[in-house]
Amino acid sequence: MPVSDQNPLVDQLREVHTEALERLGQVSDLTALDGWRVHYLGRKGALTQVIRGIGTLPTAQRPEVGQVSNEVKSALEEAFEAQVGAIKQAKLAKTLSRERVDVTLPGYPVSLGRLHPSTQTLREITAIFGEMGFQVFDSREVESDYYNFELLNIPPYHPARDMWDTFYINERVVLRTHTSPGQIRAMQAFHPDPIRVILPGMCYRYEAITARSEIMFHQVEGLAVGENITMADLKGVLVNFARRMYGAERQVRFRCSHFPFTEPSVEVDMDCIVCNGDGCPLCKQTGWLEILGAGMVHPAVLRNGGYDPERFNGFAFGMGPERIMMQKYGIDDIRYFFSNDLRFLEQFG
Amino acid sequence: MRAPLSWLKDYVDITIPLDTLVDRMTMAGLEVGGVEHIGADWRRDKLFVGEVVAVSAHPRADRLVLATVAYGQGDPQTVVTGAPNLKPGDRGQKVAFAVEGAQLRDGYSETPRLQTLSRTSIRGVESAGMVCSEKELGLSDDHTGVIILDPDLPVGQPLTDALGDTVLDVELTPNLARANCIIGLAREIAALTGQPWRAGPADAATGPHAAATAYGSVASADADLCARYSASLIENVTIQPSPPWIQRRLQYAGQRPINNIVDVTNYVMLETGQPLHAFDYETLQGVVVVRRARRGETMQTLDGVERELTTDMLLITDDSGPIALAGVMGGSATEVTEDTRHIFLESANFNFVNIRRTSQQLRLHSEAAQRFGRGVDPDLTVPALLRASRLMETLGGGTLHPEIADTYPAPPSPKTITLRAAEVTRILGMAFSPTDMARILTSLEFGCTTHHANGDTSLEVVVPSHRLDVSEPADLIEEIARIHGYDEIPTTLIHDVLPPQRSQPHLDGLEQTRDILVGCGLTEILSYSLSSLDSINRARAEGPPPAAEDYISLANPISQERQLLRQSLLPSLLETLSTNRRYRQRMALFEIGRVYWPQAGEALPLEQRYLGIAVTGPLLSRSWHDADEPPQFGWTHLKGIIDTLLQRLNVPQVRFTAAAHAALHPARTAALSIGGAPLGIAGDVHPQVCEQFDLADQSVAVLELNLDLLLAHRQPRRYQPISRFPAVLEDVALVVDDDLPAQAVEDAIRTAGGEWLREVTLFDLYVGEPIPAGKKSLAYALTFQADDRSLTEDEVRVLYRRIQEHTAAELGAAMRE
Repeated sequence: MPVSDQNPLVDQLREVHTEALERLGQVSDLTALDGWRVHYLGRKGALTQVIRGIGTLPTAQRPEVGQVSNEVKSALEEAFEAQVGAIKQAKLAKTLSRERVDVTLPGYPVSLGRLHPSTQTLREITAIFGEMGFQVFDSREVESDYYNFELLNIPPYHPARDMWDTFYINERVVLRTHTSPGQIRAMQAFHPDPIRVILPGMCYRYEAITARSEIMFHQVEGLAVGENITMADLKGVLVNFARRMYGAERQVRFRCSHFPFTEPSVEVDMDCIVCNGDGCPLCKQTGWLEILGAGMVHPAVLRNGGYDPERFNGFAFGMGPERIMMQKYGIDDIRYFFSNDLRFLEQFG
Repeated sequence: MRAPLSWLKDYVDITIPLDTLVDRMTMAGLEVGGVEHIGADWRRDKLFVGEVVAVSAHPRADRLVLATVAYGQGDPQTVVTGAPNLKPGDRGQKVAFAVEGAQLRDGYSETPRLQTLSRTSIRGVESAGMVCSEKELGLSDDHTGVIILDPDLPVGQPLTDALGDTVLDVELTPNLARANCIIGLAREIAALTGQPWRAGPADAATGPHAAATAYGSVASADADLCARYSASLIENVTIQPSPPWIQRRLQYAGQRPINNIVDVTNYVMLETGQPLHAFDYETLQGVVVVRRARRGETMQTLDGVERELTTDMLLITDDSGPIALAGVMGGSATEVTEDTRHIFLESANFNFVNIRRTSQQLRLHSEAAQRFGRGVDPDLTVPALLRASRLMETLGGGTLHPEIADTYPAPPSPKTITLRAAEVTRILGMAFSPTDMARILTSLEFGCTTHHANGDTSLEVVVPSHRLDVSEPADLIEEIARIHGYDEIPTTLIHDVLPPQRSQPHLDGLEQTRDILVGCGLTEILSYSLSSLDSINRARAEGPPPAAEDYISLANPISQERQLLRQSLLPSLLETLSTNRRYRQRMALFEIGRVYWPQAGEALPLEQRYLGIAVTGPLLSRSWHDADEPPQFGWTHLKGIIDTLLQRLNVPQVRFTAAAHAALHPARTAALSIGGAPLGIAGDVHPQVCEQFDLADQSVAVLELNLDLLLAHRQPRRYQPISRFPAVLEDVALVVDDDLPAQAVEDAIRTAGGEWLREVTLFDLYVGEPIPAGKKSLAYALTFQADDRSLTEDEVRVLYRRIQEHTAAELGAAMRE
């Protein structure tokens, strides 16, 4: 192809291109930007004006004009889009900076309720035993002397009655002093099936209300009955419980004790959670905290529940969720649990 | 039981360190609750056994004397003392002597306070040491005189060697009555440490004994309550203080010394576990008979109280009548006094149930009653009697009559228990060899013979008389386990079958209720189940006051405030609001707790779980963000919580009707019912009741319902397919009488709307112009939808018109233009 003469329209296109880019650089808001677009790229814009002159050119020069005008047009369109983006970005940045908040201001209060700390602990305990196949068994609070004592191997005037200071409704009806009558009721309900139940509930004792003693408190009792239940199993279940409840590193010891409804009877201690066994005021310098009473179900109690003690045996254990919380959280006054001081209740959960 | 180590060592050698001993005892059920070191702060170079070599008057003070004391360190020292038991001219007494630098308690201070003894001048006489009182040594609160020591103590011995001791405080469960004495503990320690226990002075040889003796006779008319009655006569005693060593031991064991006779009965009781009673022999008349009290009989006990007796109570009597309440307390007429010359000493065995009952019925508690009430070995009466009689001879200068009165109509034969080795393994999950079992049981004085038959090994075990607590194989298994050590038993997981796991919708429902309410922003409380008429009445604005006989009440309440078993959660909810009002403005509380109803013809009450809710104060906690006064809790918010609960538990059948309640605002009370049965009440609390609880400044809304009943009516949830076809939304505003319940309008709309009317939502309630007076306008958003196709405009129009006509016909409702 011979070298063409100077093409005036191509020159004009290049000029428009240069000028447009220059002007675009000065546009800073979207309205002005739209004006720019109409001015250069609109139907009657500068670019179109130049191309209209194509008819005056020799035919040979026309394709070049078409080609260059397309190049200029797409270059300007691209620059336009970029500028739109840049302006929007700048505007957004400005808005965002105006929307600054003081991140240290307190948040808007959410009024979610809370469970009573005893409920929280009861749930924790029942969940742990639930994993081991123990289901909750619900039982009454006002009990006959017969269920609360006699069927549990504690006849009237028996010395063991000294262990429970009792509220009486009349000679034959008491407020249960422990959840143990529920053991009998569970056995009577389920025999001759094997049993694994957990009995949480409120118990009552005739005591002065002081920082260390209450007339009302929760107890959680557990009972397993079957043809293959041993004291070694009792130890296993309770060690598991203590480690799930208090931490895997806890040491547990089993000490001989006495309850009329179990034999052998056990008191379970755990190394002190405050001093880890070194001795402190919480554990009265012994290094141990009493966490549970337990034992193998007494043959007489099995019999009263409808099980043949020659074939079946079982274990039972009991603990106090409020005592557990007092140890765990360092609570020094048991009266907080049922006096409903919200300043206390709102500290848990 | 406080047990001085020095006393225990009379009966068993203790060769292991104290810590180990305490640990072994505790692990075996003899929990050592404390260890007291008597004389721990008596420095060996500052406190000595001293001997008074001279006492002279103080030159310038009548009440003071100068005592010269030799204490084995250089020359005797002369010190000033005000002790009334050191008088001019005295010499030879052994005393506790402190030199400069000794740590002593302040004799004149109320609270125990240690101070260091320093050289001082009292009324012009220089004093560098001190003759100490019990209080100054920390032995007791007695500061009336200086302590006089046993005469045979060597002068100059450090006081801590002469008087120091270690006292174990052993906490005993009721089954360990046998260990509630020095010998009993020594026996346990012997078994635990593999040492033999010594039958010490208490087991001295017995003389001939019979029911009738030269000095009188004893008879048991009610042998069922008195298994054995033994007695001795000690003649010509002199009543005087006991020697120091007895006083010390009694003191260390927690008893106050009185005189030689009383002290010996206490000493032997502490040592052997056998309660004893000393009578003044010269006040007795004729035959001593043990019998039940006769109707209307009374007697005056040692504490000076005239006691009315019932025919269940056991007495010691003579020809004149009752002389002692058997096993509980002696009578004042036969009491030993300073003038007593001859002692009739009783050592008996009484039925423990009877003694407990008598002691409880008379509210008369004594150490003897407490011990008899837990059971005493009947074989113990004579050895203890002899031990005490001989001590009285020694300490009181009297003579023991050679004959012992003893009536023992039916000595029990020793119990024998067969213990199968397999049974031990079955219970403990650990096998013991017959040899090991026999070794353990023999160390506890059980007789053991091993038998082998058909591949089965068993032990024939003879129970010693002092083991009243052992009667069956389980008791022996516990003995084996505890002496061997519970920690030696393996730790396994249950390998028994898993019991059937049962569905528990009711218990699950209780927990779901808690979770829903917590989600609604309510905090759970738990209140006392025990209440009072006052508190119940406080939660009532009108109506007759409650009557105590309608409630289950305690026969032995601890206080008036905690006497009745509650029948409503409202009083305690309001009390909780009231007591917390000082710290909290916003309170949203719930309680799930039991209430108790007497049931005619039933011994036990009906227990039901109720749910109570109380809300008051601002809806939300105060925030810096709020510009205006925040909205306050009231009936409508409470209703919203109840609606949410019912919806979440899926109990759509609950109906609300306007009602009245003693605690509630008469125009803002709803009765809740389900299937025609009353379920509960809800509403704003009556302003008068608010005032009674100091809550007058803000409105309070409460709910109480029978949660057991509610949960019993839960409906199973069904999945509702989501329609693929468009819903048609229409609004309708109906003008009805102002007192027509909104529920009636909604019910009528739903009835007329049929199955295609999916939702009815009230969005406006308007009273006032242009609505005529006595009328209100209720505007509802209606959603129509079918599952199988798009509803046509005509279909919706028909339904809409039907709603209009039905509400007009049923309720007189007019469409609002």
